[in-house]
Parts: sequence; C-alpha cells; structure tokens
Amino acid sequence: MKLIVAIIQPHRLDAVREALTAIGIEGMTVSEVRGYGRQKGHTEIYRGAEYQIAFMPKLKLEVAVADARLDDAIQALGGAARTGKIGDGKIFVLDLEQALRVRTGETGNDAL
Amino acid sequence: MVNSGDTAWIITATALVLLMTLPALALFYGGLVQAKNILSVLAHCFAVACLCSVLWFLCGYSLAFSGAGPWLGDTANLLLAKVARGSVRAGTAIPESVYLMFQMTFAVITPALIIGAYVERIKFSAVLLISGLWLLLVYVPVAHWVWGGGWLAARGTLDYAGGIVVHVTAGVAALVIAVLLGARHDFPHGIRPPHAPWMVMVGASLLWVGWFGFNAGSALSAGGDAGMALLATHLSAATATLMWMGIEWIKFGKPSLVGAVTGTIAGLAAITPVSGYVGPEAAVLLGALSGGVCFLAVILVKRVIQVDDALDVLGVHGVGGALGSLMLPFLTLLGGGVALSRGVGDQFAVQALAVGVTAVWSAVMTAIITKFAAATVGLRVTREDETIGLDFAAHGETGYHHSAR
Repeated sequence: MKLIVAIIQPHRLDAVREALTAIGIEGMTVSEVRGYGRQKGHTEIYRGAEYQIAFMPKLKLEVAVADARLDDAIQALGGAARTGKIGDGKIFVLDLEQALRVRTGETGNDAL
Repeated sequence: MVNSGDTAWIITATALVLLMTLPALALFYGGLVQAKNILSVLAHCFAVACLCSVLWFLCGYSLAFSGAGPWLGDTANLLLAKVARGSVRAGTAIPESVYLMFQMTFAVITPALIIGAYVERIKFSAVLLISGLWLLLVYVPVAHWVWGGGWLAARGTLDYAGGIVVHVTAGVAALVIAVLLGARHDFPHGIRPPHAPWMVMVGASLLWVGWFGFNAGSALSAGGDAGMALLATHLSAATATLMWMGIEWIKFGKPSLVGAVTGTIAGLAAITPVSGYVGPEAAVLLGALSGGVCFLAVILVKRVIQVDDALDVLGVHGVGGALGSLMLPFLTLLGGGVALSRGVGDQFAVQALAVGVTAVWSAVMTAIITKFAAATVGLRVTREDETIGLDFAAHGETGYHHSAR
C-alpha cells in the first residue's frame, strides 16, 4: 500500500475529487495548510502598504491506495490538479505499512 | 422649556454615537489587527468607554461645559451636582441630563480613536492611564475652548461636530504616542495584514450610521439643521469612498475593500466640522477632496516618515478633520451653505488658528502624559508578549479557538 500526500491549489479540490472517484478511489483526507515552494509568496496591499504573504494557502490531500492503483491515482490526481501555472503543488508517495478499518477490523487492502 | 421632539432626537443620537465606539470603532480597529490581538483591541475600546464615562461624571463635564471662562469651565458641576431632573441646558430645548450624555459619548470616542495608534504592543495599564489623563488634559480643555464658551469660541471658531475638538486632537495625539511608544517590532517590512477585512467593513458601516447621530445630533435640535447635516454627512462619506476606491484601482490595479471603507471614514471625519454649515454640493466636493488627501496622508505617515501609527489615526481622522475645518469658510459659499458673520478670509484665519493651537496643545500634553506613563506603569509589553499576542499575554483569552469539536 502507498500513501499519496498531495499539495494542491485550493480551487482544484473538486476536480481532483471527481477524478479520483471516477477511477474508483474513494476516500481522502483534506487539510488546509500554508507553505511555499517555487511560487514563493505574493503581496497584498492594504491602505497603500504592501504586505508580503510568504506562505500561500494550499490544500494537503492524503489518499491511501493499493500498490496496483498507485500509477492510476497519481495520473488522475496530477491531471486534475494541474493548471500549468506556478503554484500547482506537488505529489509525494510514501510506503504505507498497515491500514485498519475501525468499524469492521478489516486490514490491508481490504481496509482501503 | 423642554421640547419633546428635540429631546427624542438627541436621546436617539446619543445612542448612535455610543454605537460608534461600542462596537463600531472596536470592530473597525479589531479587523485591522492580527488575529492574536483582536480581543485586546475590543478590550481597549470597551475599557476606555467605561473609564471616560466615569471621569465625565466626576469632573469632565463640569470642567468642559460648566461656566464660561476662557480656558476651562468651573467646578460647580463636579459629580454632576447641579444636574436636576428639571434642568434644561441653556441655549437648547433639551434636558441637561440628555445634553451631558450626548457630550459624554463624544468624550468616550475621542480617546478611543487614539487606540489605533498603539495597538498590538502597548500595556493595558498604559492604555487606561493615558486615556484617562488625556481626556482631562486635552479633550476637556479643547472642548471648552471651542464648544463650552472658551477663548476659541469667543474668536468665532466654527466646529459643528468635532473636526477640531475630536479629530485633530486625537490624530495628533496618535502620532505623538506612536513615536514615543515605538513601532511594532516587525515594522515596516514584517507587519502582518489585517486579519479580518470583513470586520473592518462591518465596523465602518456601523460608524457611518452612528455618524448620523454625531453630526445631525450636533444640531441639538430636531429640524432643518439636523436634516442638512444628515444629508451632508452621507454624501461626503459616499463620495470619499468612491474617490479612495478609484485611486487604488488606478494605482494598484485593484480596488480593495479595506481601502474603500477607509475612504468612508476619511469622508466622515472631514465633513464633521462643516456638516451643519453647508449644502450637498459642498459635501460632495469635500468628500472627494478628503478621499484623495487622506490617502496621501496615510502613505506619508507610514511610508515616508515611517511612524507606526498602526491603524492610521492621524492620516484618516486627524488630516480629515483638519481638512474639513480649514475648508469650512470656502464650502459655505456653495449652495445651501449658511451665511458667515465675517469674511471668508477672516474665518479661514480663525479656523487655522484653532486647528494650529489645538494641534500644538494636543502634541505637547500627549507627550507629557505618555512620558509620565512610561515612567510609572511603563508603555510596552515585552517582546515575547508582543509575539504571543496581547489577547493571551494581557487578557488570558484567545480570540479564535480552532477546533473540530
């Protein structure tokens, strides 16, 4: 099993959810996070003064998938999150040792 | 003889002016600070309102509005000793209780305006000490000079609702305190943006409505003067808003909400001294002027001389109030204006003297008061407390508890 951790533009969430649902991957966890990469930050102007916003608002998605579904999931997620502009985010993949569905006690791929 | 219509209107206006401090100004300022300081700003406004109310009862009203000496009132009305149920304020048809309450709400909001200069870094004890002393040593004498029959009134100074008495005094004091207190530790480059611009808009909207009581209530009667002041107030606010919005749109490419509602307050401050003396054309003209002049003043203070008057009290309130006070003689010449008892040039000289003397008086006394506070209770919180935020550091509370439960 793998855990996909994706940082995406907040406004791409609905598209990502639809793309993953379309290929049968159901379930994700979303967190509102702030960070910066190559996009650095932006400036906001209040009463004529510029404020540097170093950390941009992003969404962090966590999706657990079976090994066999990893490539499909990354393609769907990456494709739906992409706008082509700087700041689109990143996708990280981690090994996932174990999973357990709390209600039934199922483990491994059955729990995903 | 008490007039019931006048009395009903001034009681209503009194409620509107208190609304300007609680919660309008508190929200207007609260939205502009960081999330970790929101409660401290609300607490400052609330505490200053209560403190100044009690001081007004103890001696403020008597020293400002009892007796007609050139410099200060008298002590006949300490503890409001002579205010009886049947007392009528001389020169009006309203009970003295209503008159002194209406004036009390002005005495409350003026020190509260200064809060914008020192937010996010001042000790709460310093807020109380400075506000109390400032009310008695700056607001009370100036209110007497201009409105209580003092020497500026004798020279013919015109200040309908407080361009000089309220906005010039508070604006100058804000600059002096900001200099003596020092900037927030990350000023100017690391300052965080306003945490809740929507709250700034709600506060500005309530201030706008409350200002109808401030200016139209200053007629001290319910009639044509109040009506014209109401009209002028609204038009100036609307025009100044559009002006500030347009300047930002051209200069920065986008018209911001915070900028637009700042323009509103600039227009309201500017029309305050002239509201009862002019017609609608003058109000629109002054609104447009104030939107541009106050925009430049804010940039001058923050970016050119780099004083951390954090929420732009001088640039918006002080400059707006001074602009209206100085433009007053010329604005009366437009349609709907009142006839002055002297030439326009003479009246301008009177206005300029009043603005200048009041500014100097406020600057000197505020400096003395602030130095005194620094030597006694101290002015600033520690650097660590400034980083933690005043909500928790000074009040033991947190403005926003982010939790799923």
